Amino acid sequence: MTRRLLSLALLASLTGVALAQSLTVYSGRGEALVQPLIERFTAETGIEVHVRYGGTAELAVLILEEGRGSPADVFWGQDAGALGALSLAGRLTPLPDDLTAGLPGIYTSRGGLWLATSGRARVLAYSPERTAGDAWPDSAFDLTDPAYRGRVAWAPTNGSFQAFVTAMRVVHGEEATEAWLRGMIANDVQAYRNNTTQVEAIAAGEVDYALVNNYYLLRFLANDPDYPVGQGFFADGDIGNLVNVAGAGIVNTSRNVAAAERFLAFLLEPASQAYFTNVVYEYPVVPGAQPNEALASFEALLAASPDVDLDVLEDLEGTLELLREVGLL
Amino acid sequence: MASLTWARRARRLPWFVLIPAIVAGIGTLVPIVYLVLRAFEADLETLQRLLWRERTWTLLVNTLSLTAGVLVLSTLMAVPLAWLTVRSDLRWKRFVTVLAVVPLAIPGYVVAYALISLGGVNGFLSQLFGAVVPRPSGYWGAVAALSLYTYPYLFLNVRAALLGLDPSLEESARSLGHGSRAVTWRVVLPQLRPALLAGWLVIALYVLGDFGVVALMRYEAFSYAIYLQYSSAFDRTYAALLSLVLLGLTLLIVGTEGRLLGRRRYARVGSGAQRAVVMTRLRRWAPLAYGYVASVLLAALGLPFLVLGSWLVLAPPDLAAWRSVAEAFVRTASVAAPAALVTALAAMPIAYLAARVRLRGSRLIERLAYLGYAIPPVSLALAMVFFSLRAVPWLYQTATLLITAYVISFLALAIGPIRSALLQVPPRLEEAARSLGRRPFVAFFETTFPLIRRPVVAGTALVLMVAMKELPLTFLLAPTGFTTLSVRGFTRTSEGMMAEAAPFALAIVLFSSLFVGLLVSYEGKR
Repeated sequence: MTRRLLSLALLASLTGVALAQSLTVYSGRGEALVQPLIERFTAETGIEVHVRYGGTAELAVLILEEGRGSPADVFWGQDAGALGALSLAGRLTPLPDDLTAGLPGIYTSRGGLWLATSGRARVLAYSPERTAGDAWPDSAFDLTDPAYRGRVAWAPTNGSFQAFVTAMRVVHGEEATEAWLRGMIANDVQAYRNNTTQVEAIAAGEVDYALVNNYYLLRFLANDPDYPVGQGFFADGDIGNLVNVAGAGIVNTSRNVAAAERFLAFLLEPASQAYFTNVVYEYPVVPGAQPNEALASFEALLAASPDVDLDVLEDLEGTLELLREVGLL
Repeated sequence: MASLTWARRARRLPWFVLIPAIVAGIGTLVPIVYLVLRAFEADLETLQRLLWRERTWTLLVNTLSLTAGVLVLSTLMAVPLAWLTVRSDLRWKRFVTVLAVVPLAIPGYVVAYALISLGGVNGFLSQLFGAVVPRPSGYWGAVAALSLYTYPYLFLNVRAALLGLDPSLEESARSLGHGSRAVTWRVVLPQLRPALLAGWLVIALYVLGDFGVVALMRYEAFSYAIYLQYSSAFDRTYAALLSLVLLGLTLLIVGTEGRLLGRRRYARVGSGAQRAVVMTRLRRWAPLAYGYVASVLLAALGLPFLVLGSWLVLAPPDLAAWRSVAEAFVRTASVAAPAALVTALAAMPIAYLAARVRLRGSRLIERLAYLGYAIPPVSLALAMVFFSLRAVPWLYQTATLLITAYVISFLALAIGPIRSALLQVPPRLEEAARSLGRRPFVAFFETTFPLIRRPVVAGTALVLMVAMKELPLTFLLAPTGFTTLSVRGFTRTSEGMMAEAAPFALAIVLFSSLFVGLLVSYEGKR
């Protein structure tokens, strides 16, 4: 009897510790990617992590709807837009400087409210077979040329594409962006739902070029080395090479800020970074992580990427307005 | 005066009908109240500007023509199948019935992917037969994909009605000199009307709310626009406004159905037992019938399995993967099964009210239930978040809340078959039992219930299957860390790992098929 009571007391104290040291993460990143990391984090720190998986946007909207009652400590999303929406709504808590200090400019939010955990570059995917005679375009702006008529795919409803348009508006202005969008439409650009379907459309022979994120093709190639699609950057600094990010922030209603900070720091460790690049073919955000050979080097990426502050990607509303105006949404 | 009569007649309704119906009605009002609150956060001018855009009309026209297309195609698939499996001498009827229902359990994205993977240079048709056909997309792609997995709703409804249809009616018509075509048009089809309407209603409302397929097929419908508002603008106001427009559309459709259904009588009035069915001999039509059954099943089942199979071959799952499938299955069943039971229990009184009680407003709750079904799941989930955190915070992110959301969302699915069956059961049976001194509750369970048992089970099964594959409500409302089969599948497809998601999709389909098999064998036993 006494022994049972003792063990109950022990159990209670143990769970008490576990409760104090637990963390709730709302993750728009998939379970297959996240779970192994979580297990390693818990093994290293003893902090128990509860993860709610879902769509990045839906989870961000969920945090907005939950208001002060939100059980979330960390939001981990697949694009800057969702993080921007949360920080605009005042739902993210400022991060300590030492977390963001080591990150290159393309990987930090100027407001210091969230940080990138990995990068995805925009690239031009192409069919090596059907584009053999073409000259490689220097810029996304070249794609309005009649030579590309009906041969290019984009995904106007896709978040990564919209982030790219937002960046174009900031760097080149509303007028130039609108002219480019209208030029592309006039050039019979083909609309798809997302990156994967665009890459498949090239393989299926429907289009010859596609404006996509860098990692989808690499996954196809991992399964089938003869997959008939290639990809490359535009000239260095072109807006077509925008680097968008997956990133994380700490929710302002979190009561476990210390554990949350520790989790973000963990995501930036070289081992975690190497894991991202090797499993999902994304770019590391800190130098020194073991590179994936299928990716361009960290230095090449920094050279190719245009100089855009990720905070500007928050102005999605303006982009949607523009996309509606030209009839794409 | 009229209201006095109403009150008196309402008081005569038994409590076991009134109370559950009212509770369910209030439940379905919750999301509507939320949408109104959110939509009117914006000022009137903004609302008008957002609403009176050309795009709203384009979306409206697109959505309606998509709905019409899916209704036609799914009817062409469902009605002949139902007749063949109930009234003809087709062989392997039970087996065909099971196979015909299974597509319901296939996640929509798998069906859409299956169709898309047919065409193109790298598609199945090109790899298997060397034939390069364009990949289906747009209107026709969406119509085909949606029909391929929604036709079982109609199939189940029509089948239940055919099973409950007393052949003596047809015999009388024949003895009065009608040919078989006239019997079909003048006796069978009018009797099937409630079932057809219930099936069409459920399919039409499904099409209104689905965004997965229209998104993959690149077809711009209303639901897709709503989804875009949440997903790329994080705009709950405009999304709520669009959802309300969608609900207006739903009301229109539900109202039309109500008017078409009317207040006819479908029940037998004679005494004695129902006559046994004589199966129609197919004779020279047999090859055509078998060919038809085979082609429908190949399209609805063969294609998705081809895709799932090719994903499985691409990345064969290891033992650990199957173990995690089993764990996820147990979790999924632990919420889907209670949801199915509660839904059936709530659906019975609502269907009873709608079919039996001639009172103003007695169909109101049924219509509310259909609204619950047509609300886009993201909006419904946010409504549950909004209300539970304010009213019952201890219920937030619990299985109870998730099950409640399932019930609100799927109530309409269970009501359809039960209502059709209730319309065929003569009310005088129950009246006789009451006049013999049985209390109302006992009278219902001793007379009417045994006759509607099969549709009740069918409705429960329908809800179970749909709840098993439900995604948006689940990932927004489930307890944190509670990952169901569909969530596990989704969290792989969202990282582009289609092959890794295959075992989870396959598990949903297999477990659901198992259940349909049990159901159909139960139906055979009576």
